[in-house]
Amino acid sequence: MNVAGGGRRAGEDPAAALARAFREERSRVIATLIRQVGDFQLAEDAVQDAFVAAVTSWDRDGVPANPGGWLMVAARRRAIDRLRRNRSVADRAERLAELITLDGQDPESEQEQSAVQDDRLRLIFTCCHPALEPPARVALTLRTLGGLSTREIARAFLVSEQAMGKRIVRAKRKIADARIPYRVPRDEELPARLQSVLSVVYLIFNEGYAAAEGDRLVRDELCGEAIRLGQLLSTLMPDDAEVLGLTALMLLHDSRQQARVDAAGNYSALDEQDRSRWDRDLIDQGLTTLARALLLRRPGKYQLQAAIAALHTEASSAEDTDWRQIAELYGALGRFSPSPVVEVNRAVAVGFADGPEAGLELLEPLLADARLERYQPLYAAHAELLQRAGVLEGADDAYGRAIELSANSVERAELERRRNALRDSAGLRPPQ
Amino acid sequence: MPQYMMLLYAEQPADEAELQRRQGEFPRWLELNRNLQEAGVLVGGDQLAPVDVATTVRVREGESEIVDGPFATTKEILAGYYLLDCSDLDEALKWAARMPLAEWGSVEVRPLMGMSADEVSEPAAGAGQQAG
Repeated sequence: MNVAGGGRRAGEDPAAALARAFREERSRVIATLIRQVGDFQLAEDAVQDAFVAAVTSWDRDGVPANPGGWLMVAARRRAIDRLRRNRSVADRAERLAELITLDGQDPESEQEQSAVQDDRLRLIFTCCHPALEPPARVALTLRTLGGLSTREIARAFLVSEQAMGKRIVRAKRKIADARIPYRVPRDEELPARLQSVLSVVYLIFNEGYAAAEGDRLVRDELCGEAIRLGQLLSTLMPDDAEVLGLTALMLLHDSRQQARVDAAGNYSALDEQDRSRWDRDLIDQGLTTLARALLLRRPGKYQLQAAIAALHTEASSAEDTDWRQIAELYGALGRFSPSPVVEVNRAVAVGFADGPEAGLELLEPLLADARLERYQPLYAAHAELLQRAGVLEGADDAYGRAIELSANSVERAELERRRNALRDSAGLRPPQ
Repeated sequence: MPQYMMLLYAEQPADEAELQRRQGEFPRWLELNRNLQEAGVLVGGDQLAPVDVATTVRVREGESEIVDGPFATTKEILAGYYLLDCSDLDEALKWAARMPLAEWGSVEVRPLMGMSADEVSEPAAGAGQQAG
């Protein structure tokens, strides 16, 4: 195949170049081709074809000077071939004419260049469209922008590959049949639509962060993808404070990943982590990103959470932490997005800043809140505050409730360890 | 231009006060209709008579079966519809959100398949060929 890209790169290993192109260029090529062919499935199939063609071609002729450009042209030609064969597409003739014109055009033309700039944003907003069911938003985003295979996504979300495949096919069909537009939302719709995008990205991150220990691979993959998406969005929307805030938040959380499990493989809570194992590089990236966000002076829930995470990373120990400021930030967060979960965290921070009694006072209405009846962290927090206040029997009961509600074995083991420590020291001055 | 059917679902008014409240929205519906016309998107629309005047027909093995009432008894019933010409789903959703009923009932937005009776010889757009 003789396609654009001009010269060849001498001496580069075709397999390595292909792997890199898959990682770095695939989402870009898909994003542009979807705009040009107006169909997700066709674009994805054609890009797949182009990668298959690249295996032989690059091996035979060497790696093209511009792999992304090569793949773009190859994918477009494959799309033309596929459209020619598929007579059932209604506006086939029009689409073909348009594609053939594009094929003859200079890809460097100013109009096309500026359209290409926004293609990945169009893709993100379309994948995260509120008219799609939330799990499908996550799956489509990971598949088209993240480059994860259906099998990998299915494994990460603990469903069968077949079920995940159906979900993705259904979402693509809805995009086509209901005509979900391929564009960046207009200004008046943008804030609400961006929230949907950010919550998809954060959900991907949390899914990875919460994955069980045995699934380290899945966990790293999802956290990594979520951070890459956040960074991509930060590049594409550099003036949005919450995009930066979310990216900073994920980087700061991720910096503690290694320290969450101790040498024996047990879960380690924030206050007990070996802080020398926190990833300084990620912390620096997170803090820089957060600083950029704060300069924009448009506070939001992700920036507040990132600021809280930043205060933790800046403290040399749990005691040394600026709990007062953390309590204030939780208060602000509660005003932005009121939630009883935020209130539990605020009570814990107040408990450290002003003593356990002050924390218990804040916890009281939450313990009466029916929505929190099965919220394990509430009882774990209650247990700890009671223990520090010297109400040891009450603390024992609260640990019991938390253990009962605990969903995973690592967490349960940790709570049991704390209860045993409490029982060992009963009658003595409680630790801390 | 794709067409979208807006199916307006609501519960039957529980009492006279609720009926009055709904009738009080009438000026807003008139304004919406005017806006739809000005935007050139209105193809049709109307309110449906209550389900207690509905009749359901089924033909089984050549026999017509006629039953008094709606095909299914549900709490929310189809109360009316709009048929709109919109460029894409976002535009259709925007109009749906402006319907007063959306604030207390539900508006289901469904694209038409584009197989109107006078052009059935043409293959439908987007129908069933995305699989694979």
